[in-house]
Amino acid sequence: MPETERNTDREVLVQVKDLEVTYGSGRRKYRAVSHANFEIYRGETFGLVGESGSGKTTIGRAIMRIIPTSGGEILYKGQKINGRISKALDRQVIKEIQMIFQDPQSSLNERAKVSYIVGEGLMNVRPDLTAAQREEKVRQALLDVGLLPEFASRFPHEFSGGQRQRIGIARALIVEPEFIIADEPISALDMSIRAQVLNLLRHLQQQRGITYLFIAHDLSVMRYISDRIAVIHKGDIVELADAGELTGHPIHPYTRSLLSAIPMPSPRRERGKKLLVYDPAIHHYDADPPAWRELRPRHWVLCNEAEAAAWLRDAADTGSH
Amino acid sequence: MEHTTPILSARNVHICFNLRGRVLHAIRGIDLDIQQGEVLAIVGESGSGKSVFTKSFMGLLDANGAITEGAIDYFGADDGKPIRLSGLKKEKDWLRVRGHEIAMIMQDPMTSLNPLKTIGDQIAEAVQLHQHLKGRAAREKAVEYLRDVGIADPERRFKQYPHEFSGGMRQRVVIAIAVACNPQILICDEPTTALDVTIQAQILELLKDLRVKYNLTVVLITHDLGVVANIADRVAVMYAGDIVEIGTADEIYYDPRHPYTWALLSSMPQMGVKGEDLFNIQGTPPNLFAEIHGDAFAPRNPQALKIDFVKQPPYFEVTPTHKAKTWLLDPRAPKIEPPAVVRRLREEGM
Repeated sequence: MPETERNTDREVLVQVKDLEVTYGSGRRKYRAVSHANFEIYRGETFGLVGESGSGKTTIGRAIMRIIPTSGGEILYKGQKINGRISKALDRQVIKEIQMIFQDPQSSLNERAKVSYIVGEGLMNVRPDLTAAQREEKVRQALLDVGLLPEFASRFPHEFSGGQRQRIGIARALIVEPEFIIADEPISALDMSIRAQVLNLLRHLQQQRGITYLFIAHDLSVMRYISDRIAVIHKGDIVELADAGELTGHPIHPYTRSLLSAIPMPSPRRERGKKLLVYDPAIHHYDADPPAWRELRPRHWVLCNEAEAAAWLRDAADTGSH
Repeated sequence: MEHTTPILSARNVHICFNLRGRVLHAIRGIDLDIQQGEVLAIVGESGSGKSVFTKSFMGLLDANGAITEGAIDYFGADDGKPIRLSGLKKEKDWLRVRGHEIAMIMQDPMTSLNPLKTIGDQIAEAVQLHQHLKGRAAREKAVEYLRDVGIADPERRFKQYPHEFSGGMRQRVVIAIAVACNPQILICDEPTTALDVTIQAQILELLKDLRVKYNLTVVLITHDLGVVANIADRVAVMYAGDIVEIGTADEIYYDPRHPYTWALLSSMPQMGVKGEDLFNIQGTPPNLFAEIHGDAFAPRNPQALKIDFVKQPPYFEVTPTHKAKTWLLDPRAPKIEPPAVVRRLREEGM
C-alpha cells in the first residue's frame, strides 16, 4: 500500500482505503472495485485510467456518494465520508466535492435555462444569497469558463458541445469546490475543443488550487494533464506512479499494453509500433497472490514476487518509450 | 506505394441542404480522386462536411440535401462501365451501388445492429443478398467472415444476439457485415471513436488485414489525426466543406503546409508538453449559410494574410502528391514559421 510517510510535505485531501464496491446481491453479486488504495494530494491532478468496465467511474461515484460502498473507507480531509455520516459533514462534502460529466449532451437539463442549471447548486449550499446575488455569481462563473454572461438566459440546445461542457464546468465551479471529479470530460468532444477544455481545467487549477480526480480511458491525455496516474483493470488498481515515471517506465503488462495502443501522429513511429495485448491469464495468483510492491521509487505495482523480478527485467530490456 | 487508377472521382462537387427556406452550403467544390486499393483518411472537425461528402457517394443524403453542382463518378463496376453516382436518382439504381460497390461502417456499433436478430442471420443476410448464396452455404460463409474479423469460436457466436457482444466485438461484426457485401470501397465513418484505446488499435489492425485480404479501397473518416497515422496512405484535411490540404501520410504529418493542419496537429494532447498550454483554435467554424469570402480558415488564423480575407486560395502544388489551399504557398507570400509541434514532427520525419 502506498505509504504517506514519504510525502509528509504534502497534504492528503482524499484517501481511499481498501475500497470495495459491489453491485447486486446474493448470487448475482458483482464486485466492481476490489481493495482500491490510493491518496490524492491537495492541488494535484490524480489520473485514474482504465478501459470500460474497469471500475474507474464506480470509484469516482463512490467518492461522490452517488453509490454506496460495501467495504473500506473513503476519507476526505481525514473524515470518513462513505456510509452513514452526519448532516453537517454531508453538507460540507456536497459543497466541496463537485463532478464534471462525460457527455455534455445528456448532462444538462434540456428544459432549464443556463442560469438555473449553473445556479441551482447555490440554492442548496448558499441559501443565504438573494436572487440578485445568485445571478451575479452565475455571471461570474460563466465568465470564468470563457462564456458570455448573456448566455444565462439561453437553453442548452443553443450551444455547441464545447460550450455545453463549459456550462457543466461552470456549474461545478459556482459552489467553489476544493475537489472536482472529472469523469471523461473530453472524450465526447471534438479534437480542437479538447484542447480548449483541457487548458481551461488547468488554468482553473492554477488560479484556485483545485484538486482533480481525472478519469479517462486514454493514457495520452493523462500523460499531459495528470501529476500522478493509477491504472485500474477489472476493479484492481495494478500500477500507480508519477505521470512521467509511469509512462516512461511502465512495469505492469496491462499498463504497457495501454501505452502501446496510444495513437501517435507520426506515420513512421506508427508503422514500427508493436501492439502489446494484455492477457490476464499470464498471472498465477492462485498459488502466489499478488501484493502492492514498490518496484521503483514511488512507483507501485500489483504483482507477486516472481512477477516483480521478471517484469523489472522486461522493463529494463525494452527501455522507455 | 504507387496508386494510379482512380476508383472514384469527384469533380467540383457542391452539396446544399435546404433548411426551412435557407440554403446551407455544406460542401463547396471538392475535387478528389480516390485511388484503387489505397487507404484514404478524411480528417476534419464536426461540421466540416466529411460525413456528408462520403454519404453522397451512396445516395444517403437527407431528403433536404442534394448535389447541386459537379459530378461523382465510380469506375469499379464489374462490367467496367463507369457509373455517374451524382446522376443516380432512383432507389433501384442505388441498390446496385450500396453494399455491392460501396459499403459503409458507422461510428456507433450499438445502434447499427438489429437487436432482434442473431449476429449470424445479419451477416448471412448480406451474403445471400450480395453473393447469391443460400441456406447452408450462406451460413458457412458467414461463419468464415466472423472468423476473419477475429471473433473467437465463431460457430457459437453465430447464434448469439448483439447484446451478448462487447462494443469492440460488435464493431467487428459490423465490419464483417460490410465485408460480406463484397464491396470495392469500404467507407468507415469514425469507426473507433466510441471504443477504448486498446480496442481502437485492434480494430485498425483488423482493417489493415482485411484491406489486403479482400483487396479493398478504404476511406476512413475521423476527427483525430493521431488515429490514422498508422493506417492511412493518404490524408485529406477538410475544413468548412472543402479539402484544404491533401497528401501522403508522411507529407501531411511531417511537412504540413496549411495553417489549419498545423492547428490540428498542435492541439493534440499526445503532443502536449506538460505544464504548457495546448494550442487551441480560437473561434468557431464559419457559418455555412452565408457566403464565404477568401480563405474559410482566415478568421481563426492569427497569422492570416490580408489576401486571405479577400480571395479564396487555389491549390498550390508542393509535390505531385501534395497540394494545399493556402496563400502561404504563393511565392510572393511572407515566410511564416509553423508552430513548434509541427517543427518537432518535421525533424522526426527527416
